[in-house]
Amino acid sequence: MNDEAACVLFDPGHRACGGCAAAMAARFILDAAGKDTIVVSSTGCMEVFSTPYPETAWNVPWIHSLFENNSAVASGVVASLKKQGRKEKVIALGGDGATFDIGMLCLSGAFERGHDFTYICYDNEAYMNTGIQRSGATPYDASTTTSPAGSCSFGNSRPKKDLPMILAAHGAPYVATASIAYPPDLKKKVEKAINTPGPCYIQVHAPCCTGWGFEGEKTVAIGKLAIETGLWVNYEMEDGVVTKVKKVVRKPVEDYLVEQKRFRHLFKPKRNDAEIAKIQALADRNAEKFGIDIKLKK
Amino acid sequence: MLEITEGSHAVADAVGKCRPQVIAAYPITPQTHIVEALAEMVANCEIDAEYITVESEFSALSACLGASAAGSRVYSATTSQGLALMFEVCFNCAGMRLPVVMSIVNRALGAPLSIWNDQQDSISLRDSGWLQLYAEDNQEATDLHYLAYRVSEDHSILLPSFVCFDGFILSHTYEPVDTLTKEQADSYLPPFKPFQRLDAADPISFGLFAAPDYYMEFRYEIDQAAKKALSVIPKAGREFGELFGRDYSGLVEGYRMDDADCALVAMGSICGTVKDAIDEMRDAGKKVGLLKIRSFRPFPAEEVKKALSGVSRVAVLDKNISLGSKGAVALEIRDALYGSQTPVYDYIIALGGRDVRKKDIARVVSLAEEGKGDLFYGLRDEVLK
Repeated sequence: MNDEAACVLFDPGHRACGGCAAAMAARFILDAAGKDTIVVSSTGCMEVFSTPYPETAWNVPWIHSLFENNSAVASGVVASLKKQGRKEKVIALGGDGATFDIGMLCLSGAFERGHDFTYICYDNEAYMNTGIQRSGATPYDASTTTSPAGSCSFGNSRPKKDLPMILAAHGAPYVATASIAYPPDLKKKVEKAINTPGPCYIQVHAPCCTGWGFEGEKTVAIGKLAIETGLWVNYEMEDGVVTKVKKVVRKPVEDYLVEQKRFRHLFKPKRNDAEIAKIQALADRNAEKFGIDIKLKK
Repeated sequence: MLEITEGSHAVADAVGKCRPQVIAAYPITPQTHIVEALAEMVANCEIDAEYITVESEFSALSACLGASAAGSRVYSATTSQGLALMFEVCFNCAGMRLPVVMSIVNRALGAPLSIWNDQQDSISLRDSGWLQLYAEDNQEATDLHYLAYRVSEDHSILLPSFVCFDGFILSHTYEPVDTLTKEQADSYLPPFKPFQRLDAADPISFGLFAAPDYYMEFRYEIDQAAKKALSVIPKAGREFGELFGRDYSGLVEGYRMDDADCALVAMGSICGTVKDAIDEMRDAGKKVGLLKIRSFRPFPAEEVKKALSGVSRVAVLDKNISLGSKGAVALEIRDALYGSQTPVYDYIIALGGRDVRKKDIARVVSLAEEGKGDLFYGLRDEVLK
């Protein structure tokens, strides 16, 4: 399906911020999934900006119940479709707060039970709908409204929870990470996930211009920098084994950090080499773990 | 067919004959025997349902919500802490107008932990938009499930229902129960016809957010539907009676109320004890009657007012307490009788499974005659010092 058709499934005119990666993700996901898809959303930015009653941006059947129960609702939808002999695909959509934190019980239960659905997390690395509070997906040293940088704080004190690996450990047949900065890759992964029987998980990096502090026209560029610095790795896992990784010629992490207000405290009023080095070490560890480095010939 | 069977098994049998397409449940005492029996029916292909063994009650009702929205008849059962965990989803099911039916095997709420019976759990969800029907015995507990599906799924109602019956006192008690055949059940309860459903052929959005300029109208419509049930429940109850000889047309039901001077008001299994106590008191010349509340939500204020119009005092037995205020049933009765001179005395009784005997009922009537009420009945002496 082409992008024009995708527009028909996720209408423009919704109320997302200009440059919103979650809105882009919704378009790309439906572009790949097509019209025979039922979407189960959790409470969050995407739900709020796309469905202010009496309007909806969704031209596929869509349901939102609560913040933390989209996986459980999806379980019920899948069971109902199975009983009725219907063939629609089911996609549960949630932000990182809904997925990593408050909805993790339902998510774990649904994956353990093996329902045939795809869970897609649009990961903007904090609670954006409520005003940029930290979540279990917030990266190390990011300043948020509940992990603010201060005279005795460098921002969020914990690294990001490794949710894809946790879900792979549930026995999920297909787990992938993706980024709105690479739409064809994201779409391919969505297609693969919805056509793989059983519970599949895709975690989509979704830079938030409002929450991270950059201009809306830079969303894709920021997404690319996350990949190029090794702070976000795009990979696929099948039956628990990493089968595909996007390789890069790595840039230093500060190329990514310096573009965002959430990391400004690492550069102003004075540069904090020690903390930047810790973040570089996280990227180095990613690079080693996934083998993302392209070795250039000298 | 009359069978001597455990309450939970009689209910499970009825639920199975209601042909739920999706069942989602999580085990909790004293609900377990129902969901175990249903799992067995699924395992033996006696019923054709998807059975989701969820990881919590919260997910049980969430899965029911999703399955109902996708177009299936759904069922769950819970009690006490499980229902408390479902709180958020309960409001959602009603708000999204999904006709979920759930058995509530009434049990006290902690702390302190108690697995025994009172009605605090379902009463605490009284404002959630669910219809609440209370059963006196296992026959009624069984029959009310058929009735609940009929009413909930009526397109003029579209609200979820609790069928409430007392934990252990009913759920674990063997009584003779007249069970319907599959054909009888089908003749009363037609296949589920969803009003709307998630369907790629006709995509709609469920569960939008409503700004202040729309929210109130949703609440108004839920309230209107609940009030509409005041006429739909009696109709469905009458039809049940016409088919099977057990009439449930009454939202309330009087026992020896005709010339009663003092009316006891109660819900659930305690009504059986009250009836026996009334028979004894009547034999001793006391004009006492019972008004049993079958439908607590919607609350039949007009029927209550009419039924209590001739009595000179009312004694309400509340197996719940709105802490810092009164028992929930007494509050409703006082509201229904507002403007009349009839005194309403509230007795908080049988919390956390404390036994109630006929002599306790007689004592409550004596207290009402002495004008003493609005108290916890039968407390241990040491807390009163």
